Amino acid sequence: MSSSLVEFKKKELPKRVLNIGIALLIAGLIIVIAGYVTDPVRTAFNNILGLTFLISIGVGSLFFVAVEYLSGAVWSTPFRRVGEFLSSSIIYLPILIIPLLLNVDKVFHWTHPIPTDKLVQSKAPYLNVNFFIIRVLVFWLIWLAFYYFIINNSRRQDQTKDQYLTKKNIKLSAVFMPFFAITITFTAIDWLMSLEPHWFSTIFGVYYFSGTVLAALAAGTIIIVLLNERGYFVKGIRKDNYYSLGALLFAFTNFWAYIAFSQFLLIWYANLPEETYWFLARWNGGWKYVSVGLIFIRFVIPYVGLLSQPSKSNPKRLLLMSCVILFAHYYDLYWLAMPTLSKNETAFGWIELGFPILIAGLIILIFVNKIKKENLVPVGDPKLKRGIDFKL
Amino acid sequence: MNNKILYSYTGIFDSPDDITHAAKEAVKQGYTKFDVNTPYPLHGMNKAMNLSPSKLGYIALIFGLSAALGTLLSLWWVSAIDYPIVIGGKPLFSFPAYVPVMFEVTVLTASIATVLAMLFIFFKLPNNAHPLHGTDYMKKVSSDKYGISIQADDPKFNEEKIIEFLQSVNAKEINTLYWNNEEINHENKILDPKFLAFLILVAVVTSGVTYFSLNKLMFMVPFNWMDEQPKQSAQQKSIFFVDGFGMRQPVAGTIARGYIPYQFKGQPDLAGEKLVNPIPVSKESLQIGQTKYDTYCSPCHGYHAESDSRLHGQFPNPPSLHSDKVRNWNDGRIFAVITEGQNIMPSYSTQLTVDERWAVINYLRVLQRALNAKESDLK
Repeated sequence: MSSSLVEFKKKELPKRVLNIGIALLIAGLIIVIAGYVTDPVRTAFNNILGLTFLISIGVGSLFFVAVEYLSGAVWSTPFRRVGEFLSSSIIYLPILIIPLLLNVDKVFHWTHPIPTDKLVQSKAPYLNVNFFIIRVLVFWLIWLAFYYFIINNSRRQDQTKDQYLTKKNIKLSAVFMPFFAITITFTAIDWLMSLEPHWFSTIFGVYYFSGTVLAALAAGTIIIVLLNERGYFVKGIRKDNYYSLGALLFAFTNFWAYIAFSQFLLIWYANLPEETYWFLARWNGGWKYVSVGLIFIRFVIPYVGLLSQPSKSNPKRLLLMSCVILFAHYYDLYWLAMPTLSKNETAFGWIELGFPILIAGLIILIFVNKIKKENLVPVGDPKLKRGIDFKL
Repeated sequence: MNNKILYSYTGIFDSPDDITHAAKEAVKQGYTKFDVNTPYPLHGMNKAMNLSPSKLGYIALIFGLSAALGTLLSLWWVSAIDYPIVIGGKPLFSFPAYVPVMFEVTVLTASIATVLAMLFIFFKLPNNAHPLHGTDYMKKVSSDKYGISIQADDPKFNEEKIIEFLQSVNAKEINTLYWNNEEINHENKILDPKFLAFLILVAVVTSGVTYFSLNKLMFMVPFNWMDEQPKQSAQQKSIFFVDGFGMRQPVAGTIARGYIPYQFKGQPDLAGEKLVNPIPVSKESLQIGQTKYDTYCSPCHGYHAESDSRLHGQFPNPPSLHSDKVRNWNDGRIFAVITEGQNIMPSYSTQLTVDERWAVINYLRVLQRALNAKESDLK
């Protein structure tokens, strides 16, 4: 089972894709800059959505790369590079972090606590601007370091075909896991939960994690299906690999519903005013429809769409459901953050479009660049042949 | 050999690749009733044998869905229809509280149904005999060989062709398997004395353990500690309070929740001046007033307030409520009479709540108006 049996030919993405990527990136940048000029507070809120969305895709993909190493999975090895390429968006996170750090006092009202507000004042040792900036930077550096080490080993293996590098990455992945758990939890608390510093939910980190995993998986699946159907990977990748992707999407859709419902049920049952107001704010005016829509877009549609066995291995269905799930994550973040900005009515306008377009353009450009320079398939990985021959 | 019934032809192979190849070829030859036996599950064998996907998923789906709906319906019926109790200030039908129960019942029902369906429908459970049992073939394929067994009830069955086929795919050993006549003719003896004795033993032990644990064990130390609580029982003499009463009086001036004390005791005229009827005249309040009037007032004053009841003629006559005096009384003055009583009329404050008294007064005004209509009513 030597990996030299695998034939992989490099194939560049068509010029059209590059143009689309550049167009989206520029359009996104223009909208974002125009947004910051006209309505900085609302754009900053959207910036939080964009940032947490990109963290989900980037860090979540790195999580999947690490999980593949740790679990010794073979079915995902032919696709691992997709996760690696997606996780390189960690490098570009400062584009979204820096404008937010400049506007931190406009978004988080704990930055200027009211003297009579004892609760926020008692949280000041954690929620203060200096410590906040330190946390954001330290987390980014942690992600960057693990990205660099893990991906570098994987890339080196293409040339050296050294099996020892896989072992090294398994160890690195094991070290990465606790760091991932802590950083993703505190990222959720810092960027999303602290928008309402009076409110607290102990499951919030897990809630964001479930969305992160889904977003990374959905983004990866979209790219995998699109590229594989056009023959960018090696030949012989069959339905069983698709099925595993679909099964993971389905499983984590259920996981999200479980976590989201756990959070709701406890708050609903206990009925404490200091907890319920957060949900009541999301039941106010037009937000009611957004909340109900979240249940359908995030759970009911993917659940029904991926329930049956054939649907999990059908590329068209998989593509459609991944798009729904990826959209649902952005929708979920919108639902989490935006009611703080506009209490009574839903806010949707051209400013909201800026960051998704920017991120789409960024990821397309990353892929155009990476596919040109690097192998889309980890040709040196000892598990690759088994991954291509994978049967359920 | 004549008394034996042929079950199948078997072939033994040495490697998983050979058996996969053989299964594919068997499908090509058009055999449908054959099985492959391997020491461990072979990935891709389903496809090689051209098996359709398992139907078990549908059983799980059907039972899971019906369990979810059934649980929802029964919880709704129990807590909103049959025995409505407000718990924790939640609505009677509070869906979020049902979700965990629905989830658990769904998982439990679906998994039990799936296992039982697998055992009884697919494995044909009560029948535990199979011609492959106890054969050399079985011994080999459960340790280090791979076997194929083509059954005699296959529509394409032909002994020569099967031997030829098995040779063509390089089967190592080609053998025949027969039904075990003893097993076929075996009859279960339900009335076997040993079986019956065992059944009785099980019944005695189970019921004994159940009786002991429910009726005896629960009243032994340490399970009976809930019985010995240092609490004050009703009617028990208190050793704590000086006066010896276990039940205590509320603090002076305590008012029960939602209760407004009557402030005009012994001053009916003052009540007539100060009190205002808070209940608006509406269909609902008049209906309540009518019910209460017919129940409590009509025995003396009569259904039409003309003192035309069966008590009329017995000294002293209950007064008609159509007199000028009563008609000119304020609502508050009538309220004082109902609350405190007058002459031999007792107080109705325990029978009628404050709101009901006002509703009765509203209804009384209707009765009075019916006999002494104003000019404007006639238009």
